[in-house]
Amino acid sequence: MTEPSVARAPIVWREATVRETIDENAHARTLVFDVPGWQGHLAGQHVDVRLTAEDGYVAERSYSIASAPKDPLSLTIERLDDGEVSPYLSEELRQGDALELRGPIGGFFTWRVEDGGPLLLIGGGSGLVPLMSMLRHHRAEQSAIDVRLLLSARTADDILFRHELDALEGVSVSYTLTRSWPDDWTGFQRRIDADMLEAVAPAPSARPHTFVCGPTPFVESAANLLVSLGHEPRSIRAERFGPTGG
Amino acid sequence: MPIFSRGFHGHRRDDVDPARVPPGQYVTNGFPVLSAGPTPRPHLADWSFTIQGAVDRVVTWSWDEFHELPTETFTLDIHCVTKWTKLDTTWTGVSVDTLLEHARPSAGFVTAYADGNYTTNLTLDDITGGKAWIVDTFDGVPLEAEHGGPARMLVPHLYFWKSAKWVRGLNVTPTDEPGFWETNGYNNHGDPWLEQRYWGD
Repeated sequence: MTEPSVARAPIVWREATVRETIDENAHARTLVFDVPGWQGHLAGQHVDVRLTAEDGYVAERSYSIASAPKDPLSLTIERLDDGEVSPYLSEELRQGDALELRGPIGGFFTWRVEDGGPLLLIGGGSGLVPLMSMLRHHRAEQSAIDVRLLLSARTADDILFRHELDALEGVSVSYTLTRSWPDDWTGFQRRIDADMLEAVAPAPSARPHTFVCGPTPFVESAANLLVSLGHEPRSIRAERFGPTGG
Repeated sequence: MPIFSRGFHGHRRDDVDPARVPPGQYVTNGFPVLSAGPTPRPHLADWSFTIQGAVDRVVTWSWDEFHELPTETFTLDIHCVTKWTKLDTTWTGVSVDTLLEHARPSAGFVTAYADGNYTTNLTLDDITGGKAWIVDTFDGVPLEAEHGGPARMLVPHLYFWKSAKWVRGLNVTPTDEPGFWETNGYNNHGDPWLEQRYWGD
């Protein structure tokens, strides 16, 4: 048997009670929890959620944390229609309901203002969620670090946290819509490509801290484009998810 | 006493033998991709695989030399710490036992290292005795880059992050040296049947 050389405290399951639910759009809902004993988190981390049916059947999934580290823990759940857990979390769960969760988890896809910048965030769809935690952290700390967000979504209605994003100060927010767009749309109207990244991102010589999150093909494409533009592969942190049962 | 989730029923799968699904996992038919950075794409002419460190003989194989080694084709289940399990995956590759015969390790720990600066640590016991391979073929076709091609480690009895994608060698060490995820919150050993996901599990 091998054991870590440093003792690590177990990440225990905790009872979390839904304090509030917020419908973000037709597919996504934010759940705000009260979690007694919660020790806080870093922006970009995730939690494991465990649901138990009355007959004892158990399902677990991982979800990115949407809230800033000092705010009440919130998750934003995108409903996958054939999913096992996300429809329950985004439709059935109500204020006052409890579930089990544990975390925070993950020490790589994280950012603190102390880590510095510039910060380049590239999100596809609900891949915005862990990046939102970073943006909220940046805002809460009143950081002057140069932050750029490029968010790709299918339609304008699919942009999560639109009002909040538009109100962020000192953050350059760019959107691209890939399926349809309003008549008065002034953002990009295509999938992310090299020209778009060059227009939005700090120069590679500025050595941005880059975080890319979204579906696997999105992340593969964005990360490869960044490397081809001269960004250091080691500076690019990726988090990929796929519709795998959510 | 668990907390029951009012109104939660779940999707039980009657086409899956529950004894093949570790605790907290669900079965997927897809093949999700998990990696921490961009996908490396080395040229095969530059590719090599090396066993070094505490060994009687440092050995390096080029891509062509590696393909002169005897291969095995086998079908087994894989388990990712992000909760998915994929049943009946078929791979072709070279047993780590075969590779180690050439190098003869003299210590008990191994760091698998890979393109993209990835490392993961294993005990020699966990990768010998028919428990680990270096594979380059999935379901009869060359392994795709996003799944770890040209070649990846395969250690199916541990969570899949131990099966280093884009693997380029093994460094045998006298002490256990936690790798990339093992220093970023994930368990040092990673046995899915014991649900050793994170630090402290």
